[in-house]
Amino acid sequence: MLVDYIPIGIMIVFGVAFGVFMSKASEWLGPKNPNDVKQSIYESGMEPVRSARERMSIKYYMVAMLFIIFDIEVVFLYPWAVNFKQLGMFGLIEMFIFIVILMLGFVYVWKKGALKWD
Amino acid sequence: MELLITVIKIVAVMGVMLGCVAYVVLLERRLSAAIQNRIGPNRVGWQGLLQPIADVVKLIMKEDIVPTKANRFLHDLAPLISIGVAMTTFAIIPFGNRISLFGYDIKLQIADVNIGILYILALTSLGVYGLTLSGWSSNSKYPLLGCIRSSAQMISYELSMGVSIIGIIMMTESLKLDKIVEMQAGWHWNIILQPIGFITFLVASFAETNRLPFDLPEAEPELVAGFHTEYSGMKFGLFYLAEYSNMFVASALITTLYLGGWQVPFVHSLGLSDFWISIVQVFGFFVKIVLMVAFFIIIRWTIPRFRYDQLMNLGWKFMLPIAILNVLITGLVILLI
Repeated sequence: MLVDYIPIGIMIVFGVAFGVFMSKASEWLGPKNPNDVKQSIYESGMEPVRSARERMSIKYYMVAMLFIIFDIEVVFLYPWAVNFKQLGMFGLIEMFIFIVILMLGFVYVWKKGALKWD
Repeated sequence: MELLITVIKIVAVMGVMLGCVAYVVLLERRLSAAIQNRIGPNRVGWQGLLQPIADVVKLIMKEDIVPTKANRFLHDLAPLISIGVAMTTFAIIPFGNRISLFGYDIKLQIADVNIGILYILALTSLGVYGLTLSGWSSNSKYPLLGCIRSSAQMISYELSMGVSIIGIIMMTESLKLDKIVEMQAGWHWNIILQPIGFITFLVASFAETNRLPFDLPEAEPELVAGFHTEYSGMKFGLFYLAEYSNMFVASALITTLYLGGWQVPFVHSLGLSDFWISIVQVFGFFVKIVLMVAFFIIIRWTIPRFRYDQLMNLGWKFMLPIAILNVLITGLVILLI
């Protein structure tokens, strides 16, 4: 079983090696004359104000949390889908109930305004 | 010997892919020029065919600028993650049937793992890291905004992407991509059997590859260049390559899942030998990918960019319910018919 994954490992090594080679080539072959202005961060030509590592909108965190919840539900759907024809109508009704409960949560999140962007 | 064949397959696939991706960039520039009634790059070589090489040489010869405030290690690491993930996703896509060459029976798929589709979903999740780290490590405001946007966008659309594939798995009862392709022999393509799933998957792959109706992470008028503002030289080039490789792989994936993969419907009526049938199938797969890539490009130059709230509303309030509904409808249809 694990043997199946060896080609993927080789491919990852090749892909990353290609990336390392290309970015190093740029470092070796390109000109090097750094100065303070060139190496400052871009802020529309202004002097950079404060750090960029600050607090950001809560909505992004909400999306991340909702993603984790719903993604786990999706992962539950996969083994069910693979065995779908064996489970038959029983499996479909079970999954229907599961999805209805999931959708209740979804409607709650929606009505609470967690998905509202303005 | 098996290992050697694997390595040869990997080198061949990566070579073809890099070559294709370079020419997809040229195709995009020429097509966009045609759409906008311009000429486009046609000076380097015949009809601009050497332009990709000139671009790469130019990018390599550029100075590699790293901002002093940036986190050097992560700044170097981010493009490697992007390109590594983009190149590795192709590993499990079958690009042809079995072929016998020099006495060896070779399966035209690099890795035949039993988790199949889950591997692709896992790698698309990993791809988010490349963008997020690039934006965060730059320690600059525009990249940071771009990377937060892109991670929120990509994880939102990954949900509908994951759910829309489930319809296919229910019909195939396997996660393996070669089983899915075998199911689609003749004209039984999944696009006919799963039209809703196809549309949601298509839209989700546009969002996952950050292509134009959804290219909020690098929306030029608002965010300069988004997450790769602080990159220059070939590191910028790697992000560019990764974007186009993602587009290529997404096209390959759409082809595999919905457009019959390497199946060419009428190939068995042509009276060819097994070897040539395999060759025709690989070629057919390639043609389907190129048409899909051209579709991606034409959409990019046709439809304007969404606003961020429209993007999120589409992903959560429209695509996700529709995809889940598709699962239930598929289930009912399979059981009742």
